[in-house]
Amino acid sequence: MSEHLLEVNHLKKYFKTGKGTVQAVDDISFTLDAGKTLGLVGESGCGKSTTGRTILRLLEPTDGQVIFEGKDIAKLKPAEMRRMRQEMQMIFQDPFSSLNPRKTVEELIGEPLKWFKVHKTKAEQKEHVAKLMDIVGLAPRLANVYPHELDGGRRQRIGIARALALDPKLIVCDEPVSALDVSIQAQVLNLLKELQKEYNIAYIFITHDLSVVNHISDDIAVMYLGQIVEKAPSKELFTNPTHPYTKALLSAIPIPDPDLQVEQIPLKGEISSPINMKRDCHFAARCPYATEVCLASTPELVDRGNEHFVACHLF
Amino acid sequence: MSKKNKKAETTTGRKNISKRQDITRRFLRNRNSVIGLVVTAIFVFVALFAPILVDYDTQVIQQDIPNRLLHPGEDPDHPLGTDELGRDVMARLIYAAKMSLAIGAMAVIIAIAIGVVIGASAGYFGGRVDTILMRIMEVLDGVPSFLMALTICASLGASVYTLMIAIAVGSIAAQSRIVRSAVLTVKNNEYVEAAKAMGASDMQIIFYHIIPNCVGTIIVQFSVKIAGGILHASSLSFLGLGVQPPDPEWGAMLSGGRAYMLDNPTLTLFPGLCIMVVILAFNMLGDGLRDSLDPRLKG
Repeated sequence: MSEHLLEVNHLKKYFKTGKGTVQAVDDISFTLDAGKTLGLVGESGCGKSTTGRTILRLLEPTDGQVIFEGKDIAKLKPAEMRRMRQEMQMIFQDPFSSLNPRKTVEELIGEPLKWFKVHKTKAEQKEHVAKLMDIVGLAPRLANVYPHELDGGRRQRIGIARALALDPKLIVCDEPVSALDVSIQAQVLNLLKELQKEYNIAYIFITHDLSVVNHISDDIAVMYLGQIVEKAPSKELFTNPTHPYTKALLSAIPIPDPDLQVEQIPLKGEISSPINMKRDCHFAARCPYATEVCLASTPELVDRGNEHFVACHLF
Repeated sequence: MSKKNKKAETTTGRKNISKRQDITRRFLRNRNSVIGLVVTAIFVFVALFAPILVDYDTQVIQQDIPNRLLHPGEDPDHPLGTDELGRDVMARLIYAAKMSLAIGAMAVIIAIAIGVVIGASAGYFGGRVDTILMRIMEVLDGVPSFLMALTICASLGASVYTLMIAIAVGSIAAQSRIVRSAVLTVKNNEYVEAAKAMGASDMQIIFYHIIPNCVGTIIVQFSVKIAGGILHASSLSFLGLGVQPPDPEWGAMLSGGRAYMLDNPTLTLFPGLCIMVVILAFNMLGDGLRDSLDPRLKG
């Protein structure tokens, strides 16, 4: 038995394509405790969304373990997995395509309650949905409205409300605010934070936006081409970034102060192809400090103290 | 700005309207769909109550040679005239409505029911299931539908029920292919993945998310195919493989009146009109239903 809520061990997800095998998630391990947030950051195509979906088994893992409350969910039978889904929910990136346009707000939020037959009568379910709408700040008058009549922020609140409906212990948030205006982003992030405090939910927060992840996460894992290159508590990562990729990312955050001069670390080149990758440091091709060692083998994620893990040959 | 205000108004104005009321309201706002509904309803009503409205033995099949080929209005007892055997055209048209509608509707219902199951499974599960099901459908489609219908009617014996099965089998392939393509479009929406993440089973996803989103396609298909079904039934009846004389059927009446078209054009006109009006009404109803069932199309 593990003491962690979620333990991911050597998770791999490969996709076979005509050109070769895409190593979308390549040997990822981390742990997450109840009520905590792990931020998963990285650029487009680095496998962060695939990681989230594989943990929830929306995609079948190629290899590795996903231990949730002591059970390896990668080995559960379909019926057991369905039951397990009550404990682990997901908030999707696009609040436009993730809501069925034919269903009203009330039906959308009530959907998970319906699948698990939480309530015996429709009246009970209606009451529960009304409570959820109140929690996420949706006015009761919106119950019979269709999602296309609402703005992005309200739609995303629907997504949050239904993720909450079954009292899950873990929610995977797949870029929940990247489709929203900046002003709405803050509202939604604060809502997520409040909900976490109140219901002790653990989040896996997937995003490409570093200022967002700093705001919400306890720990941050930086991904590059299917691997975690650096993982540390938020504060530690922001004050003491170690991996050259993390450094470059952090230097790219705009700071609203014209007098402040920050040294920019521009990255040269393109992200390498994730198909049939060699056993080298995947970042070596773009790394300003790369040496021969980096081309020879893939660096391991090693603890540098203070729960700060780095996968780099240079440190 | 004003557009935004208007939107806010409609949003708040709808607060107490249930989903069903909303669909009804949108349906009634469209004049064509209401006409389609009314006309279809009249025909269905006539078809349902045909045995009460006319007497089968004395009016529909009773021959009356001295009064054959009366023009409409010639005899107040026969407002639409009589046919080549002196039978009342009006009574036969009414009785034929029952035959034609029942055959058309049942054949399409059978075809759509099977087509939805096959098309939805093929589209949703994909892979090997898709390949096997669709190849079988292609084989079925390779046989000309009229030949297939003839074979079925000939081997099972000519009757109304065989006719329904024959017409249904002929359109299963087309039906499942249409449903499959609709399912493929809907399946790739993120809300299907979201439903899976929320813990819905495959069947629940198919029935709650996928089929309702294909319902527009299915309804349009229904209205188009029911018209085709009626026509198909008529042609088979004409060949003697469907509705058996002396039972009336629009298509059969049309063919029967062909020989007297120059002197008695109304013998072909009335059944032809019936077929045309019913088909038009079904199409208008179908369009109206499709538009009102899709909340995004409201205006």
